[in-house]
Amino acid sequence: MDFINAIILLLNYIFIPALTYGSQLALGAIFVTLIYGILRFANFATGDMMSFGTMAAILFTWYFQSLGVSLGVLPTALIAIPFAIIFMIFYMLLIDKFVFKYYRNQKSPPVQLAMVSIGVMFVTQAVVRIIIGPSDRRFFDGEKFIIKAGEFKEITGLNEGLAIKSTQILTILVTLILVSTLFWFLNKTKTGKSMKAYSDNEDLALLSGIDPKKIVMITWIIAGILATIGGTLYGLDKSFKPFTYFNNMLPIFAAAIVGGIGNPFGAFLGGYVIAFSEIFLTYAYKKFFMYVLPESMEPDGLVQLLSTDYKFAVSFSILVIVLLYRPSGIFKGKVL
Amino acid sequence: MAFFEGNKMTGGYGNGPDIIHSCSVTVDRGEIVSILGPNGAGKSTAMKAMLGLLNLKSGTVTIDGKDISNLSPQDRVKQGISFVPQTKNVFAGMTVEENLEMGAFLFDKDLKKLIDDIFDLFPILKEKRNQLVGELSGGQRQQVALGRALMIKPSVLMLDEPTAGVSPIVMDELFDHIIKVKKTNVAILMVEQNAKQALNISDRGYVLVTGENRYSGTGKELLNDSRVRSSFLGG
Repeated sequence: MDFINAIILLLNYIFIPALTYGSQLALGAIFVTLIYGILRFANFATGDMMSFGTMAAILFTWYFQSLGVSLGVLPTALIAIPFAIIFMIFYMLLIDKFVFKYYRNQKSPPVQLAMVSIGVMFVTQAVVRIIIGPSDRRFFDGEKFIIKAGEFKEITGLNEGLAIKSTQILTILVTLILVSTLFWFLNKTKTGKSMKAYSDNEDLALLSGIDPKKIVMITWIIAGILATIGGTLYGLDKSFKPFTYFNNMLPIFAAAIVGGIGNPFGAFLGGYVIAFSEIFLTYAYKKFFMYVLPESMEPDGLVQLLSTDYKFAVSFSILVIVLLYRPSGIFKGKVL
Repeated sequence: MAFFEGNKMTGGYGNGPDIIHSCSVTVDRGEIVSILGPNGAGKSTAMKAMLGLLNLKSGTVTIDGKDISNLSPQDRVKQGISFVPQTKNVFAGMTVEENLEMGAFLFDKDLKKLIDDIFDLFPILKEKRNQLVGELSGGQRQQVALGRALMIKPSVLMLDEPTAGVSPIVMDELFDHIIKVKKTNVAILMVEQNAKQALNISDRGYVLVTGENRYSGTGKELLNDSRVRSSFLGG
């Protein structure tokens, strides 16, 4: 019985939260990888673009709430997402037209474009703070839990409760649907394959008659969808604060690089690698050992390897280790 | 008037100096024409001018009597002109079949039939259809590159040093493939370093020196021309 309790404990505090967090990171990491693979620069505005999309989703959520529209047990934000996506794509295309396009036509080196993206990051950050403010916001409504810890204990008669939040299931489901649609698009449709081709060999793609303008536009559209959905899911699950989104860029980049930058499937798995390692290393295992070890061997301390303050250090240690032993990432890189 | 003609072309890259001076090259369907010459003679440049990769200061490019001097490379592809670059001429991260599909990107024809035609021409590719091109041998890669270019059923095929960096055996094999392509009534224009072998399979050849036509004639004539032999073919 103690053994089952220990497993439930790990499920509740490590497995499910890491799966959720990993999905959110994965969406961001695919965003980074797509931009890197096709537009050929590291987009430092990733975190703030996600925050911009989330802001749009929150504004639309408030609007729908004021109209009295609701989805019952599901969060109202779900209706807001499609509108937010359109808003986000519009913003990205605008930025591309007035900023990135110039440097692309100049054939600027990737480093210069990355620096330009830092400028875009600051501007986007400021826009978000002007419109919605820097404070912490919760915009979740609807049924919070699918299974509450108390109910779970009653049903199973265990000591340890398993709480599953609706946002966690929502995140995982939406991520799976979105990512599988994206992979289907990239690998099976003519447009998707032409994006791969453009990423693989730009000159030959041009010689084959692939239109670079169309490829760039589709890339930003996909990026807008990923940024808005990824950001909104994170905000629903935790809360929305522009500064947190900026910080999240670090594990997102780590995930994209660990997976082999330029490889969307690698970025997808990279998200989970980073999320699981962060949570594994920062969880306090005291209770777990209380269940599995005999009473005499009970640990005194929290048995926490690292304080949660160091969770970003975990992302970067993984990054360094992966780059030392597999410099092109866990998967073969540069294949969209 | 030949099927595909570059007439008195003069031009260079960007705003740089002129690399070719009043250079003329013509090809007819079902003919292999080689452009030869020492390093820096402007061989590849002449070919790229015909593809539209550099702006001509003067001179014209015509296909089937139609002036295409002002068309972009993409629009020239639509006119049936296909090009195989010397390097990076395949999508290394994609499968053989995907490479072929991308070749026909501009055309909504029956892809399956086009791909089957390429597989008939290069049987080895059928076996490797689902393999990544980056994992193939050099000779097989060149076949993929040729196959990709042939997907649009071109009337003109331009090859920039198709045998650079492959072994002599593979080179013979590739030339055999090029002859096979010629027999499908395609006009083939190629730039080659392996001058002797290239002239052996060529109907005609041009020798360029410092961006100008120096000698021209049938493959045999050039091979037997003592001036050409002494300067480019090593005696």
